[in-house]
Amino acid sequence: MATFDIIFLGGGPAGYVGAIRASQLGLTVGVIEREGLGGTCVLWGCIPAKALLESSHIANRLKHAAEFGVKVGDITLDFGVAMKRSRDVSTKNSKGVEFLFKKNKVTWIRGTGVLGAGKTVKVTTADGKSETHTATKAVVIGTGSRVRGLPQAGLELNKTTVISSDEALVLEKAPKTLAIVGAGAVGCEFADVFSSFGTKVTLIEVLPRILPLEDEDVSAEVSRAFKKRGLDVLTAARLSGTKVGKDSVTMTVEVGGEKKELVVDKVLVATGRAANVENIGLKEVGVQLTDRGFIKVSDTLETTAKGIYAIGDVAGPPMLAHKGEREGIVVAEVIAGAHYHPINYGNIPNCTYCYPEVASIGFTEAQCKEKKLDYKLGKFPFSANGRARTSGETEGFVKIIRDAKYGEILGAHIVGPHATELIHELLVARENEFTVEEIDMAIHAHPTLSEAIAEAVLDSMGRMIHA
Amino acid sequence: MPTKIFMEALSPTMEEGRLVTWHKSEGDAVKSGDVLAEVETDKAVMELVARGDGVLLKRLVAEGTTAPVGSLVGVIGAAGEDISALLGGAVAASAGVSPGASPSSPAPTPHAAPTTPPAATTPAAPAPATPVAAPAGTGSAKSSPLARRLARDSGLDLGAVAGSGPGGRIIKRDIEAAVASGGAAMAASSAVSRPPSTVADFVDQPLTQIRKTIAKRLAESIGPIPTFYLTAEFDLTRVAELRAAAAGEGDEYKVSFNDIILKATATALGRHPEVNAHWLGDKIRFFNRVHLGMAVATDDGLIVPVIFDADQKGIGEIARESRELAKRARDRKLKPEEYTGSTFSVSNLGMMQIEQFTAIINPPECGILAIGALEDKAVVVDGELAVRKRLRVTMSCDHRVVDGAIGARFLQDLRRLIENPLMLVF
Repeated sequence: MATFDIIFLGGGPAGYVGAIRASQLGLTVGVIEREGLGGTCVLWGCIPAKALLESSHIANRLKHAAEFGVKVGDITLDFGVAMKRSRDVSTKNSKGVEFLFKKNKVTWIRGTGVLGAGKTVKVTTADGKSETHTATKAVVIGTGSRVRGLPQAGLELNKTTVISSDEALVLEKAPKTLAIVGAGAVGCEFADVFSSFGTKVTLIEVLPRILPLEDEDVSAEVSRAFKKRGLDVLTAARLSGTKVGKDSVTMTVEVGGEKKELVVDKVLVATGRAANVENIGLKEVGVQLTDRGFIKVSDTLETTAKGIYAIGDVAGPPMLAHKGEREGIVVAEVIAGAHYHPINYGNIPNCTYCYPEVASIGFTEAQCKEKKLDYKLGKFPFSANGRARTSGETEGFVKIIRDAKYGEILGAHIVGPHATELIHELLVARENEFTVEEIDMAIHAHPTLSEAIAEAVLDSMGRMIHA
Repeated sequence: MPTKIFMEALSPTMEEGRLVTWHKSEGDAVKSGDVLAEVETDKAVMELVARGDGVLLKRLVAEGTTAPVGSLVGVIGAAGEDISALLGGAVAASAGVSPGASPSSPAPTPHAAPTTPPAATTPAAPAPATPVAAPAGTGSAKSSPLARRLARDSGLDLGAVAGSGPGGRIIKRDIEAAVASGGAAMAASSAVSRPPSTVADFVDQPLTQIRKTIAKRLAESIGPIPTFYLTAEFDLTRVAELRAAAAGEGDEYKVSFNDIILKATATALGRHPEVNAHWLGDKIRFFNRVHLGMAVATDDGLIVPVIFDADQKGIGEIARESRELAKRARDRKLKPEEYTGSTFSVSNLGMMQIEQFTAIINPPECGILAIGALEDKAVVVDGELAVRKRLRVTMSCDHRVVDGAIGARFLQDLRRLIENPLMLVF
């Protein structure tokens, strides 16, 4: 019924950022979104999870308050309150996107869209009406992804005893016992949250280490920290004999040939997400999928159907909000015919917000070996960093992998306090092809956690001062 | 109202033009129809005339610089007229098209190779104390620190590299591309001692419009390297005599036919830098030194070790070196610097009784000589039938650099050297 230059199908981080950018470029924009604006990130992912992690961080800090001369008496934990706060933060952020839409004159069409011929989208609105909208320039699919169970291990999501992150975010109270299957970023973050709220957590990973995509040193450091805090970390684990009951789940976990039976109140499945490619008319308009079930896109994010683009999780990994946001910006610029910079997929940071935090860019040491790169390592522990000592957060390290000859930053890995913030110095350096030398040349303030980066850089050149 | 001077399409196919000379200076009075400048198109040098009266207020393009058709190259207006608003965008628009290092001069830029061999890579800190200055002559080409290091190590002139980063900044991938297209070959040049010379090791010749058009058309027609082939049959009777006479002096003077052919080729190349060249995309590098690649078949495949400064070496030295290189190639013991940096290559399948074949050019080189089998043949010499030792050679030429007549002249000289090998001593 309405005509726009661009229609975005999905108002998550990819779609809403793309919509705002398109509007900045003078295009008229409609965004079709059935839930709240902000997508998984704002409603069911990044934001509410980080809000809960903040609660868990405060809980952990308070346990050590007495060492700092602050007596707080008995600490009581209430997950329900933490959860409600997390929902509030989430709602505020979603409202924030609504405000941005108004400011940028982006139209939010509340409903569920299906692609039609000739760049049209048929929308079933929230109140059940059916309407058709037309795009003159392009339709952009940003339908994102959704949680999924692990049926091959007998763990079909039932939302009570076998849950996903969606349910974990709205639990009224922390379960007594919880098994988390999958120790990637999501699994590790919820392991941190629930263990901090008194849940007995068993973290189960089929691969030989937790955070399997991170550098091996990083996995080892986080694993050590988790075990110290009383989490059960089971790696290279196989699940069998799963019995899902009404109030509990029983399963057999096999680690290193030893089998043990595990009975838990709930199982949280965190083994990956599925792209939302169904029921949006992809096949009918000629949009093809990859072997792995994502939408196939070109360098300019165009699908196999002319004039239809795809961005964010649905367009393939890494399934990260910031990757989707950048694709949104680029797709808007491509469609508007504006100048754009191609996305450098080789320099997207990975962040895990458990404690200690984890952040990384580029290659792991194992990948450098595999690629037969000639590299040098630099590593500096936060235990030797003044600022980390003052705050009593001395777990972790900065690890830099640089090219032996030219000093190019091949990879950087940080575990420790504020790692997810610290990584950006290295990210900007690497994006602009600064080498370890330019990082060293920049004088780092004292005392800061960032000095650990400067020292790791020096270490890679054999000139570390403080360790 | 100022009058803008645009680069005009002076021929139907012209897409860009090189401003050869300005005929008016800034401040000169001009009348409509006056010749403002000479512009080289893809076909010829043409005149760019004024389309308005007044004073030439600004020349926006330096002599020797190439500008796309339709771009602003100057402004005519009333004396003292403020044209700053007009220039704001224009300077930015024309800045991107200056041809690299020395926009003011289209003349060839001579270069000396690094005086020290490319230091066995220092794995420690990448030379911390020295700020990474761009190599001389690069002007203010924007580049990343990593790109500067890579360029310095590859002996690349940053000014000759087109940047693909934000705002035309030269980044790693640009250096890698330049190196892949051969720019780095020089860094690997051997440590062969060579008498100090006042002559540069090579001369870079910016592409003229006619060269660009030839290159574009031919590449469209036949593939990325528009190759053509020249075949000639040489008489090796006197080479055989020379070889026999030398061997008679003792075992240390025993050399193969191939060694003598290599020597003759190197000598001819020294006299014909126009075929001893690299195609570098935006320019042609003519070498004053002869680094001869010799194709060697190994169990793993073909490799081309290099006899550096082959024109400076005697037949005996070439014989020893080629034997040694071939052996090391087959043993897979060649170091990278021993098989990079050639300026021209030779491939010989004569020992396998191949009478004649065409070899594929090893880019960025512009020619390769394919040597066939030496055969006793009945030929007519001075009106009489005679049995002579004959050899067929085929030169593959990159037409972007080597035109037919140029390749033929080289082969003519090579024939003279081979059919009368005494000429090799001159």
